Amino acid sequence: MLKGHQSWKFHRKPVIAGTATVVGPFEGRGPLANDFDIVHGDSLVGQDSWEQAEQTYLEEAAKLAIRNAGLTNDQVQFYVGGDLMNQITSSSYTARTLTIPYLGVFGACSTSMESLAVASYLVSTGGAKYALAATCSHNSSSEKQFRYPTEYGSQKPPTAQYTVTGAGAAVVAEAGAGPVVAAATIGRIVDMGIKDPFNMGAAMAPAAVDTITAHFRDLGVGPDHYDLIVTGDLAKVGYEIACDLFEKHRIPMHKTRFRDCGMMIYDYGKQMVQAGGSGCACSAVVTYGHILKKLRKQELRRVLVVATGALLSPLAVQQGESIPCIAHAVAIEAPQAAAD
Amino acid sequence: MLGQCIQQALVHWGGWDEKKAGDPTVAILIILSVLLTSLGVYDKFGQWAGAGSAVPVTGFANSMASAAIESRSEGLVLGVGNNMFKLAGCVIVFGTTAAFVVAIIRLLVCGG
Repeated sequence: MLKGHQSWKFHRKPVIAGTATVVGPFEGRGPLANDFDIVHGDSLVGQDSWEQAEQTYLEEAAKLAIRNAGLTNDQVQFYVGGDLMNQITSSSYTARTLTIPYLGVFGACSTSMESLAVASYLVSTGGAKYALAATCSHNSSSEKQFRYPTEYGSQKPPTAQYTVTGAGAAVVAEAGAGPVVAAATIGRIVDMGIKDPFNMGAAMAPAAVDTITAHFRDLGVGPDHYDLIVTGDLAKVGYEIACDLFEKHRIPMHKTRFRDCGMMIYDYGKQMVQAGGSGCACSAVVTYGHILKKLRKQELRRVLVVATGALLSPLAVQQGESIPCIAHAVAIEAPQAAAD
Repeated sequence: MLGQCIQQALVHWGGWDEKKAGDPTVAILIILSVLLTSLGVYDKFGQWAGAGSAVPVTGFANSMASAAIESRSEGLVLGVGNNMFKLAGCVIVFGTTAAFVVAIIRLLVCGG
């Protein structure tokens, strides 16, 4: 089970029995629009506040994922989830609606893979038959909490990122048909002293490289073991830094396809997103929507998803603290690849 | 430049003289800024115009209007009332302080 220093290799590989992705109108205009289950035309989805809207997205994704897995709420033992709001309220209020026993986790934008890793561990060790992993973010609620009021006319630097509005959920099962979770690597905090909250890609890149390197070391594999390695939301700036760091560490990333969810979700030509996408939902909707679809169709066989998170708070930034970052990696395999 | 246009228009068509046209010009700019903020256009304009949109009175009006709209969900008194000056508060504090300091310097140097 424990493999190396910080990784789990699942002998009884948990199956991702059902997933669901719900996104906002801006994401619906991006290149991955056809991979999402629900695309809303209104980012407020008829609610009174951005926070309630974010919660609505998450509730829809969670309920749909459970339905897609062919289950009902009472059959799911645990719900592992988190989000970006203070005290992870979106997740807790969703747990109130779902009435599933709940474990709240926080890893900022790395929550998607943190929750999937924990849910997979629970299922693999017999701690649960079915576990739900879900996360969400909303552009406007994040702007409000971390930056300025949404209608405030400040000029954003090109290193800034655009928080994805949406939610992604996955039901992990003991057995069944579908892609499987093969391994997971839990990241450690890496802080290179960056203090600029408008340059989170640069802050998170070293954390992503650290976790990917640890994953290869712990499992004794190289980049060529995977058809695709994706980071969560490094966006343009962070992605380039990560590529440089891999070259410096002599990790042959050219043997695989290395991409970033924050660069995949938007169309740079048509959408004004500065460096690219970010937020919990960024890696969640790209993984549970786009990548899992390709795994089910056997277009991809082995994928390593490395969700990256900047664990900052507006208060800590104002007090002059640097941004601690983390990355969690989960290896997902197509059913056929797992049997090999 | 936009302000200048409005001022000239007021002088030409409104029958104001150049000095008196200043106040209604500022008022029109403020109304315009608040209107664009509430229509959800000002933030996009700000990304394009940069300091041009932030420095004059329009930026101040936008900072107050946007903060007020954002905090509407927390109630009229504690939400809007408390948060309206979230961004603009520091401008008032330091504007007043700076005016006070400059006035004292003037008093000392020029002797009133």
